[in-house]
Amino acid sequence: MARTEYDLAVIGGGPGGYVAAIRAAQLGMRAVVVEREHLGGICLNWGCIPTKALLRSSELRHLLAEVDVHGLSVGRVSVDVEKLVARSRTVASQLTRGVAHLLKKHKVDVIEGTGSLAGDGRIRVMQDGKDEMLLSAAHTVVATGARARALPGIEPDGKGIWTYREALLPDAVPKRLLVIGSGAIGMEFASFFHDLGSEVTVVEVQDRILPNEDAEISVFAEKTFAAQGMRLLTNSTVRSVRSRGRALAVTVELPDQTSDTLSVSKVILAVGITGNVEGIGLEEAGVKVDRGHISTDPMGGTGVPGIHAIGDVTGPPWLAHKASHEGIACVEGIAGMEPHAPDTSRIPACTYCRPQVASIGLTEAGAVAAGHEVKVGRFPFLGNGKAIALGEPEGLVKTVFDAGTGELLGAHMIGAEVTELIQGFAIARTMEATEIDLMHTVFPHPTLSEMMHESTLQAFGRAIHI
Amino acid sequence: MPTLIRMPALSPTMTEGTLARWLKNEGDGVEPGDVIAEIETDKATMEVEAVDEGTLGKILVADGTEGVAVNSVIAVLVGEGEDPQSVEAATAELGDTAAPKPSSTPQPSAEKPAPPGETPAQAPSPPPAPVPEPAAPAPPSPPGNRVSASPLARRMAAQAGLELASIRGSGPHGRIVKADIDRALQMGGAPVTDEAEAAPERIELTNVRKVIATRLLEAKQTIPHFYLETDAEAGALLDLRRRINADLEREQRVTVNDLVVKAAAMALRRVPEVNSAWGGDHIVRHRAVHVAVAVAVDDGLFTPVVRNTDRKGVREIAGEIRSLVQKTRAGKLMPEEYQGGTFSVSNLGMYGIGAFAAVINPPQGGILAVGAAAERPVVRDGVIAAAPVMTLTLSGDHRVIDGAVGARWLAELRQLIEFPALMLA
Repeated sequence: MARTEYDLAVIGGGPGGYVAAIRAAQLGMRAVVVEREHLGGICLNWGCIPTKALLRSSELRHLLAEVDVHGLSVGRVSVDVEKLVARSRTVASQLTRGVAHLLKKHKVDVIEGTGSLAGDGRIRVMQDGKDEMLLSAAHTVVATGARARALPGIEPDGKGIWTYREALLPDAVPKRLLVIGSGAIGMEFASFFHDLGSEVTVVEVQDRILPNEDAEISVFAEKTFAAQGMRLLTNSTVRSVRSRGRALAVTVELPDQTSDTLSVSKVILAVGITGNVEGIGLEEAGVKVDRGHISTDPMGGTGVPGIHAIGDVTGPPWLAHKASHEGIACVEGIAGMEPHAPDTSRIPACTYCRPQVASIGLTEAGAVAAGHEVKVGRFPFLGNGKAIALGEPEGLVKTVFDAGTGELLGAHMIGAEVTELIQGFAIARTMEATEIDLMHTVFPHPTLSEMMHESTLQAFGRAIHI
Repeated sequence: MPTLIRMPALSPTMTEGTLARWLKNEGDGVEPGDVIAEIETDKATMEVEAVDEGTLGKILVADGTEGVAVNSVIAVLVGEGEDPQSVEAATAELGDTAAPKPSSTPQPSAEKPAPPGETPAQAPSPPPAPVPEPAAPAPPSPPGNRVSASPLARRMAAQAGLELASIRGSGPHGRIVKADIDRALQMGGAPVTDEAEAAPERIELTNVRKVIATRLLEAKQTIPHFYLETDAEAGALLDLRRRINADLEREQRVTVNDLVVKAAAMALRRVPEVNSAWGGDHIVRHRAVHVAVAVAVDDGLFTPVVRNTDRKGVREIAGEIRSLVQKTRAGKLMPEEYQGGTFSVSNLGMYGIGAFAAVINPPQGGILAVGAAAERPVVRDGVIAAAPVMTLTLSGDHRVIDGAVGARWLAELRQLIEFPALMLA
């Protein structure tokens, strides 16, 4: 690799970094990505993609248990965990190769190693703890991502106490599993292992699961998971996890101040994530780090000329698609264009548990707190022909509008395939649609998307099928 | 399916117009936004922009056709790969359908479906029945005037009474988005620019303004104006006016201007060389005297015409002018009421203007500018006395009127004003 001088260097090849580099190449910049482990980052290798592969397996397992009603029968269904995990790794590596190909196609150089800021527009690359090379670039984009946050006293050990990383590579289905944290990561693993036969308990310190979602969605999810047989402990705190033979004794403080000790085989720690801000020379470069994340302006500027940051390392929402958009906006800004900074109220969030959860914009409570007079629409899956035909009658599409302007402030959905529906509301938000535009949109019949229409109509007292 | 191009409505009251000329020929490729034709209405000439892309398959209404009803089909656009033969099918279909087929793509500027019974005219003569007023409160903006704004921004602006055109859009392609409206509201509804205070306001042209601009520019650029000015004592005229008005109801009273219009008409009768116009390779000597009177409205100027002015009495002229002014201000002037003038009179006396020179109103050959009748010193028998005097300025088209002819006419007018009884002579 002869070249060491670039227009743009990206530290971290995840969905923020590699997209930023490709955009830079499109704009005529000479770009390089420094990646310490796998192109595609956590998303492709240890996050979004392999979990979706696993959840597909657990969903099939669930569906197979229900085939009798369709007049079908299968033999006894057994789970080969090794094979199931191997499939998810194949999926991940296929996509990782795809990213490598895309970067090559755009003539973006990829350098394996750990990148760090070395001052004066230089980037040090280390491999196996040794200085490998020094790059220089007019602009550096820090896209180092984030990792699981630990709880004091409950350190992941890779054996009994897992993070997402170990949870992606189980060698067996844990008989009894405790998940700490009921956000997207926690609930996906809870749902996955539950559908594979684990006895799952979820502990959440807040008063409801999926606490970032609309309260009504949380309640709906809680009822659904409880009906599936999951144990959900809200307003509860894990005080300690101790080894007891081959099992783990977990002490949970319950809302009534009493404690309960559970015996489980594995614990998954899913209490949020923290930015990868260490060891990359941020402090020396004068980049401000606040509570584990780099502080940036909306366009990714760090305040230090030539140093930018995007994606998870800059803070929530920790979403791959947010990182990608930030990467594009940041690079376009560097190129002198006038891009629009991603607006978090237009970024959808998806959780792929069963039932799926998807949302965008303000929750009902958030909208009221922001001073909106709201009109709220609700439409249940039970009223939708496609949902009934699919055998998925449980779910809800909730829409929140400003009563005065008709702005779609937020949408919140739970039920089958809602993660594929939410983009419709994302377009509506981005185009600044009002209720009229959604009412005038023709949603095809029979589809689940008709519920988006009906929910809008319902908010204005005009629903047809409820 | 070929796209039917229909006669657009350029204003809410427009019922028909003249297809002035085509700027594309049959067989020409057309892109959205291309100007394909020019349409003249009673008040304006407007460009017709293509909305769809394709090839101009067939022109159904020829250049210069007058009285083309709004919404009638004027041409057919064929899409890429479409058989030009399909034009025949599409046009044939026009013949046997009263209502437009839903499958045809109407031009957005012609959202009103043709009323039942109206067959879109291929040869629009005689003019078809006028299309009823659209029921929708706000007709679609003509192409080119469209302001790009998000649905939410539109509604917020409407609710706040903000003019979208005054707001700078920060969205994609200059689209006005919610944030722009929010900012405008924070700034008290002022246009949103970084130098909002200092930035000039952009005022979109009305059709009337466009016509005025075009016509006056044309007049000043193509007509060799010359100016003659004289003062006329107005005492006798004012006395006459008092006498006429003495027994009249307020709304029937005659103005100084009515009398000047009558006098000008008489002078035109007596010096017909001034009642003439330039005809390119000839001079048009009008036999009839039709005096147009300049009327100011909020956003422009109209010149309704008193026909055969020289043959009408002052009270008749006064009544007509009063009615024409009312119609003008109400926007209800009919084309025949402002077309065909042979000479114009513009009076700014009521604004205290002493003297001014007016721009000739094409295709006329002259215009009289009338100042205020104010007390001024005059010399009578070697003594300075005060008397009401008005300044009269003739703007003439030198191709038609020579200085001496203009002077003769102005002298005649002055005589008639100073000795109005001569109007009887």
